[in-house]
Amino acid sequence: MSTLPAPVVAYPLISDWIRFEPDGTLRVRTGRVELGQGIATAMVQIAADALSVAPERVRLVSGDTREAPDEGVTAGSLSVSVGGVSLRFAALAARARLLERAAALLQSSTDALDIVDGEVRRSGMASDLTLWRLAEEVDLAVAITTDVPPVPHTLAPLPRADLLSRIAGGFIHDMRLPGMLHGRPVHPPALHARLLSVDVDALAARPGVAKVVRDGDFLGVLAEREDDALAAVAWATANAVWSDGPAESLDPVAHLAAADGEAEVVLLKGEPPAEGTRFSVEVSRPPLSHGSIGPSCAIAQWSEERLTVHCHSQAVYRLKAALAEVLGLDPATVDVIHRNGAGCYGHNGADDVALDAALLARAVPGRPVRVVWSRADEFGTAPVGAPMVTRATAIVANGRIEGFEATATSFTHSSRPGPGAPYLRSAYLIEDGVPIETPGDIPLAAGGGAERNAIPAYAIAYQRVAKRVVGDIPVRTSAMRGLGAFLNVTAIETLVDDVARALGEDPVAFRLAHLDDPRARAVVEAAADGAGWPGTSADGAAYGIGYARYKNRAGYCAVVARIEVEEDVRVTDAWAAVDVGEAINPDGVRNQIEGGIVQSTSWALKEAVRYEGDRVATRDWETYPILTFPEVPRITVRIVGPQDAPPLGCGEAAQGPTAAAISNALAEALGVRLTAMPFSREAIVAALSA
Amino acid sequence: MQSFAFVVNGAEIVVTVPPETPLLYALRNDLALTGTRFGCGDGLCGVCTVLVDGEPRWACQLRVWEVEAKRVETVEALIAEPRHPLVTEVLAGNAGQCGYCLSGILMQARALLDRTDGVPDRAAIATALAGNLCRCGAHGRILDAIERAARTIAEAA
Ligand code: FES
Ligand code: FES
Repeated sequence: MSTLPAPVVAYPLISDWIRFEPDGTLRVRTGRVELGQGIATAMVQIAADALSVAPERVRLVSGDTREAPDEGVTAGSLSVSVGGVSLRFAALAARARLLERAAALLQSSTDALDIVDGEVRRSGMASDLTLWRLAEEVDLAVAITTDVPPVPHTLAPLPRADLLSRIAGGFIHDMRLPGMLHGRPVHPPALHARLLSVDVDALAARPGVAKVVRDGDFLGVLAEREDDALAAVAWATANAVWSDGPAESLDPVAHLAAADGEAEVVLLKGEPPAEGTRFSVEVSRPPLSHGSIGPSCAIAQWSEERLTVHCHSQAVYRLKAALAEVLGLDPATVDVIHRNGAGCYGHNGADDVALDAALLARAVPGRPVRVVWSRADEFGTAPVGAPMVTRATAIVANGRIEGFEATATSFTHSSRPGPGAPYLRSAYLIEDGVPIETPGDIPLAAGGGAERNAIPAYAIAYQRVAKRVVGDIPVRTSAMRGLGAFLNVTAIETLVDDVARALGEDPVAFRLAHLDDPRARAVVEAAADGAGWPGTSADGAAYGIGYARYKNRAGYCAVVARIEVEEDVRVTDAWAAVDVGEAINPDGVRNQIEGGIVQSTSWALKEAVRYEGDRVATRDWETYPILTFPEVPRITVRIVGPQDAPPLGCGEAAQGPTAAAISNALAEALGVRLTAMPFSREAIVAALSA
Repeated sequence: MQSFAFVVNGAEIVVTVPPETPLLYALRNDLALTGTRFGCGDGLCGVCTVLVDGEPRWACQLRVWEVEAKRVETVEALIAEPRHPLVTEVLAGNAGQCGYCLSGILMQARALLDRTDGVPDRAAIATALAGNLCRCGAHGRILDAIERAARTIAEAA
């Protein structure tokens, strides 16, 4: 640990992160928020371990613009590798300073001192010094430095502390503030639809309606009772008249496949081989819905010139800036506080619903207003995971891949709101709102959006990778778990399998022949070993493998899938191996990988958001089926890799390798390559009869 | 507004609500039993599952008048001490990520264990949960937890 992570540079003092409270607790601040991935548990673990205090003493403050550090967006699997490491630096710096003081008081060397639940021991003997007493006389408003001694881990990994409280009612959906009203927006059926007419008086006269808010094309109701608000919205949805869009149905993948604008080369290395056989694939994925089981929710309250918003945004400071801009407020008068939402897998409706709540609450100053989106809002109003088409080519000579080219064509993976980026759904609707705009994608230096993981992990001398971002569609697209990595890894890994099969090579051995990095080789070998590779097809099953290092610099992950094909594809088993460096909470890592495998399987086999004209036709779980209990694979996860290496993050590592493994198993089973997701029954029938 | 009397988690209660109020909102907002959740309102996700006279039902699809004089059980009954083995095992196995789906799953699993002699096999558990969605992908751990709870209950019987 030699250089300080960016959050520590921005918040350089120990006291920016850690405070010893008079009641014997430890106040720990982090800008990373709990999204259901268990990050709060990991943060408590890190602080308690580094300071040798009982975890029960840690009070975590996260994602609160009134006091927690601004760490940007909780995303990109950086929560532990950057956020957690920052906190550990702060905690170790605090420990070192406090022990120095203890050494002076006890006339001892710091080496002879130890801490047990916050009590200082000298040569194993108790003293009357505690970290809290020492903190009274030691200035912790000092800079965190890198020259502090590391401390061996003593704390066993913690179980998830928050699960029980969540079951009983620990979500923002369950918060009840005094005087709270229930608000519901009536969202337009399409991005460009305008509100032509609605009988506001008739709406206001519906049972229980306290107020109707219409501001430009924004429409919403307020009621004392939630059920009354819902009934009023049902009436408004049936009676409001919106402008029509084009009759022809939007087909985002066809639109991308036809795009021929200039592609931007993001990586070019080596010279194309003079000769060789070319193999190509073109794969696609449709728009995907986040599909959190709990819909987007926020509570807003205006009082005495302040706006307070409770929400489950991934980026409270960025939302604060965007809200201030849209509402014409001084950002200093806006507080945004993170609360638990249901699972978050990317840029969903969490920010949009916060603006809806603020717009509705503005009509009833002083009263808190809670807004919960409908399931149809989740499908039709929240940003969707960007559809993509990736074409990849391998140039094969001398029995190996000597050259590689890829072009990822995509809509943007980045329309998050932030300072100067007021991309909130209802900001496009209100009078004096903002014009509808399609923001650009994420550059490769920041991990890339469309081109994420379009760079192969293999030792290939010539590589040319390009991205083409298409802007002109009537749909909001944004970041979803893995971004471009999900499809790009599928493209690369299916290509590698096609080449191996054409050369008569075993897919695992062929990969290993192209992998230099020993950590990469180890995960591929461990996954194959776990699955008993090469599996037998005698039992009607087929096996496939996929591998990637997320973002080419984060966690390593290989997945082997076993499938059975009858009418539908069934993934019966998956074996994964991951190397995430130091696994701070191994069970948390396993949980994330298991969840990633299930979700990626669901995306690959079942999911697509569909349109009628420019209106979203996907409205419910019937029109958007996801993987269910009887369909989930048995999953085995092995954690491999050096436990003294820096933690790498794991939340998105399995998305690409899983889909690739399924695609490869399918090619093995069917003898033909399916390229357009989802790999549904219809897609299989079409491929076999082609 | 109209008054309705029924039994919730063993206690007789009366709520005074508009008669068409879905049971889900009477539980969550009028009775402050927030463990029963809203997910879709369409009977398609299972997060609102409660037991009515022992049968699993979607609280989003029932009107309050339909449970008049009946016994309703919600996840709060399982959480209360002495904690139901299903809850104990879910916690012990970290069987969840966000946890939003768990209340409905726990109720559905309870109904299954109540109507099964001995320990149901994994496929039977999965089939019973076919209408309960989980987006975080915690399925495997949840199935493991339910199997363990079923064994605990069978051993105690
Ligand atoms: S909320 Fe009742 S089934 Fe989804
Ligand atoms: S744990 Fe998040 S939906 Fe199941």
